[in-house]
Amino acid sequence: MSIKTTPNGYTLDDTGRRVVIDPVTRIEGHMRCEVNVDENNIIRNAVSTGTMWRGLEVILKGRDPRDAWAFVERICGVCTGCHALASVRAVEDALGIQIPPNAHLIREMMAKTLQVHDHVVHFYHLHALDWVNPINALKADPKATSILQQTVSPHHPLSSSGYFRDIQNRIKKFVESGQLGPFKNGYWDNSAYRLSPEADLMGVTHYLEALDLQKEFVKVHTVFGGKNPHPNYLVGGVPCAINMDGDLAAGAPLNMERLMFVKARIQEMIDFNKNVYVPDVIAIASFYKNQLWGGGIGAKSIMDYGGCPKVYGDKSTDQLPGGVILNDNWDEILPVDPRDPEQVQEFVTHSWYKYPDESAGLHPWDGITEANYELGPDTRGTRTNIEEIDEDAKYSWIKAPRWRGHAVEVGPLSRYVLAYAQDVGYVKEQVHRSLGMFNQLAGTNVDAKTALQSTIGRTLARALESEYASDMMMDDWHQLIANIKAGDSNTANMEKWDPSTWPKEAKGVGTVCAPRGALGHWIRIKDGKIDNYQAVVPTTWNGSPRDPKGNIGAFEASLMNTPVERADEPVEILRTLHSFDPCLACSTHVMSEDGEELATVKVR
Amino acid sequence: MTETFYEVLRRQGITRRSFLKFCSLTAASLGLGPAFVGKFAHAMETKPRIPVLWLHGLECTCCTESFIRSANPLAKDVILSMISLDYDDTIMAAAGHHAEAILDEIIKEYKGKYILACEGNPPLNQDGMSCILGGKPYLEQLKKVAEHSMAIISWGSCASWGCVQAAKPNPTHAVPIHKVIHDKPIIKVPGCPPIPEVMTAVVAYIVTFGKLPELDRQGRPKMFYSQRIHDKCYRRPHFDAGQFVESWDDEGARKGYCLYKMGCKGPTTYNACSTIRWNEGTSFPIQAGHGCIGCSEDAFWDKGSWYARLTDIKQFGIESNADKVGATVAGVVGAATVAHMAVSAVKRAQQKGEQE
Repeated sequence: MSIKTTPNGYTLDDTGRRVVIDPVTRIEGHMRCEVNVDENNIIRNAVSTGTMWRGLEVILKGRDPRDAWAFVERICGVCTGCHALASVRAVEDALGIQIPPNAHLIREMMAKTLQVHDHVVHFYHLHALDWVNPINALKADPKATSILQQTVSPHHPLSSSGYFRDIQNRIKKFVESGQLGPFKNGYWDNSAYRLSPEADLMGVTHYLEALDLQKEFVKVHTVFGGKNPHPNYLVGGVPCAINMDGDLAAGAPLNMERLMFVKARIQEMIDFNKNVYVPDVIAIASFYKNQLWGGGIGAKSIMDYGGCPKVYGDKSTDQLPGGVILNDNWDEILPVDPRDPEQVQEFVTHSWYKYPDESAGLHPWDGITEANYELGPDTRGTRTNIEEIDEDAKYSWIKAPRWRGHAVEVGPLSRYVLAYAQDVGYVKEQVHRSLGMFNQLAGTNVDAKTALQSTIGRTLARALESEYASDMMMDDWHQLIANIKAGDSNTANMEKWDPSTWPKEAKGVGTVCAPRGALGHWIRIKDGKIDNYQAVVPTTWNGSPRDPKGNIGAFEASLMNTPVERADEPVEILRTLHSFDPCLACSTHVMSEDGEELATVKVR
Repeated sequence: MTETFYEVLRRQGITRRSFLKFCSLTAASLGLGPAFVGKFAHAMETKPRIPVLWLHGLECTCCTESFIRSANPLAKDVILSMISLDYDDTIMAAAGHHAEAILDEIIKEYKGKYILACEGNPPLNQDGMSCILGGKPYLEQLKKVAEHSMAIISWGSCASWGCVQAAKPNPTHAVPIHKVIHDKPIIKVPGCPPIPEVMTAVVAYIVTFGKLPELDRQGRPKMFYSQRIHDKCYRRPHFDAGQFVESWDDEGARKGYCLYKMGCKGPTTYNACSTIRWNEGTSFPIQAGHGCIGCSEDAFWDKGSWYARLTDIKQFGIESNADKVGATVAGVVGAATVAHMAVSAVKRAQQKGEQE
C-alpha cells in the first residue's frame, strides 16, 4: 500500500478498493485490468496485464525470409494483413528490393481497406456497447429516431421510421425470447449510459448495418489477396498480375471486371464513413459532452513512424506524417528513426521476460526474450490462480517499449494530432468540421485540443481516419488506372527473388500505419535464413507495463482519475480501454534470437 | 423462457412463406435436395436456439473475423435467430466476473445441451499461464466448459491442429483441443481461418438436423473437406496442359496459368476454397495469383517454403479422398507429382491424337 508519483507525472495511490476485470472482453486476445478506486469511486491506480503469449518470432528463426509474412500475419486476424505488409517491407528493405509502383498502390489499397474495416468493426462491434444501450432502444419512438438520423446524416438512405421500427421489433423479439446472447449480463440499468432511446435505436441499428456491410469491404482483400481474413502477400511486389485486354484476361487475377469490383467496394466504404460512422460518433459523443476525460498521455506524448506515402520510399509524400510530440508541445515535432538504436527500446522490468541487465532497454535488432513467468510477493492468490496482481514486480506478457526513454501513445489519435500539428489540410478540415457539429449538438464550445485529449477524442480520431483512408484509397485506385493506361502493368520485381543473389548478411525494417498505431518489424537475415525477427506493435506501446523508472504506459495513464458510476460495473473502464482498440495477440507474441531456449525439449 | 427457432422467426415478423424460402435456400446451400426442405422446416419449428459458448485460447481471432463475414446465412441472422451465442469474449457486452458467471449459468441450465466452440488452443508450458483467463490457465476454463458440453467445434487450424504457435519449436507447447479433451465428439473445421460460409454451414447443419455432420477419419466434415483444392481448381486445365507460371508477374501469371511450379499446395490440401471460394464466392488465393499455402492441413507451417515445389507427395486420382491420403501419406513417394504431370501430358497427347 503506497502513494507514489511517476516520472511522467501521475500520482498512483493503491490504498483504495481494488477492482479486478479479467477477462476484459470485446478486445482481440486476452487482457486483465486492475484498478484502485478511492471513496468517491475515482480511479487512483491502474494496472493493465497482457495475459497471453505465443512466441511467434522464435518460430521464424531459420526460416526463409520470403515466407515470414504468412507467419507474422497470424499475429493477428483482426488487423489482418498489416503484419504481413510490415514483414515484406522489412525483407525488401534488408535486400534492397524496389517494388513496382503498381504493387505499392495495391498494397496501399489493401492496407486502407483494413484501416476502414478494422475501425468500423471496432467502433460498432467492440466499442459501441460501451455507449449504446440496446435494451433502452426498445423505448424509442422510431419516428423520432428517423428525424434524428436525418438531422445528423441527411444523405443516409436508410432513415425511414418504418426501417427503424422493423429493427426495433426484431430486437424486441430477441430480448423477449429470454436468450440474450452477446447482450447477456450487460450493465443495461447503469446510469452511465446516457443516450436517449432514439439515439440508442440508431446506434443498435447501425450495429447491425455495419455487421452486414463490413463483409463487403474486405472483398478488396479477396480480389488482391485471395481471401480475408489473412490475404496473401509477396516479397518483391504483389501476386495479383494485371491483364486488361490480353488472351485469357478473364482468368487473370486482375482485369477490368476485378478493378471495377474493387472500385465499387471503395465507394461503399466512403459512403458508410461519411453517412454513418463519422456522424454516429459525433452524435453519440454529444450525449457524453461532460466526459472529456481519458486522454492520459495521448495527445501529450505521442509517436508515429508516418505512412500512406504516395511514392513508396519517399517520406515527404506521407499523407499521414510521422514524428514525436513530447509533453504537450505541439509546436515541436521530433523526427523518429526506427533504425536508431537510441530511439526505440524495449524494457522488461515488469514483464514476464528475462534480460541480463533489466535496467537497460534493447533496440529490436538486438532484442532478447526469455520467458520468465514469476509473480511478486504481494500477489494475492497463487501462481495459477491470481486474485490480485503485484504491479511492483513482473505483471504482464507485454514488454515496455519507450522512445528515448519516454512512454508514448500510438494510434489514430496520435496520427491525427501529428497531422494536425503539421498542417495536413484534409485532417484540419475534418477536425474543425466534426468539432463544429459536436459543439452544435452538445451546445458547448470545446476547442480541438480539449476534445482530442480524451476517450471520446481517441474514438473520434479513429472515425476520421477511416474516412480519410477511404478517400485516399479512391485516389490510389485512380492512380493505378492511370499507370495501366500509361502502359505500366508491372506488379512484381523478381531481380532478387533467388536467395543466391542476396548478401551473406543483411538487416532491414518495415513500418506501417497499422489500425491501432505505429507498427515496426525488424529483421536480420544471415545465409539466406532469418537470424532474428522482432515486431514492436501498437498495443505493446499502449498496453505496456511500467518501465525501470516507473513511467506508466498509455492504457494505465488513460484510466487515472476517471470517475466510475458503479465500481462493480466498470463500463467507464471498458470505454476508455476500448478507445485504444487493444489487440493483445499482437502485443504479446514477442520473441528473440535466443528464444529457442524457451522450448521445453527433453533430450535423453 | 425459451423459444424454438421458428417461433423466434415468427415473432420477429418473418412470414411462414419467407421462413420456408429460408429453409429451402439453406438446404440448397448445404447441397441438399428439395426433399430435405420439409425436414429442415420441421426441425426449425421444434427446436429452441442452442446455446453456444465460444472460448478463445491462444489464437489470432481470425476465426471470429471469418465467421462474421458469412453472407449465407448472415452472421447477424445466426446470432439473432439461429443459435444463442451466450459467451464469446470478442463480442459480448459483459466483462470480468459478469462474463464468467454466464459460463456457470449455461453449464448448469443446459447441461449436455450446449455446444462448445473453441477458437485457439491451450498452451501447456509456463504452467499454462501463457494464456490466462480470470487469473487462471485457459486450460482450466476449457476443461470446465467441455465437461458438460454436447459437442465441441474446433474452429480453425489452431484448435484443430495447433497452427502457427505450435510450429517448431512450439515455445508455449500449444496443443490442439483433441489432445486435452478426449471424451467428447469434436468437429474439426480447419483452415487459417476456415471459409466464412463453411463455418456457418456447419452450425446451420447441426441446428437443422439436430446431429453432427458426417466426419472423415481426421474429424473434419466430409461435406467440405473431402476434396483437394487442385481437384476443382479453375486453373486445373492449365496443369493438365503443362502451362505453368514460371516467375511472378510473367506471361503465365497474367494468363492465369497453373501455380504448381510456384509452390502451390493445392494438390495436397483438402478444403473447399476452389469450390465455395472466399467472401461470398468473390475469389480464392489461386485466382488472386498466389499459390495455396495449405492452411487447412496439419502442421502446414513445417512442410517447407510456400514457394518450394511439391515433389515428395504421393498423388492420387481425382476420385481419391482425405481418408486415403491420411492412410498413406506417411509413406511419401518421391517424384509422384512428376508422374501425375506425365500422365496428364500423355492424356493430352492422346486427346490431340484423337482430334487429328
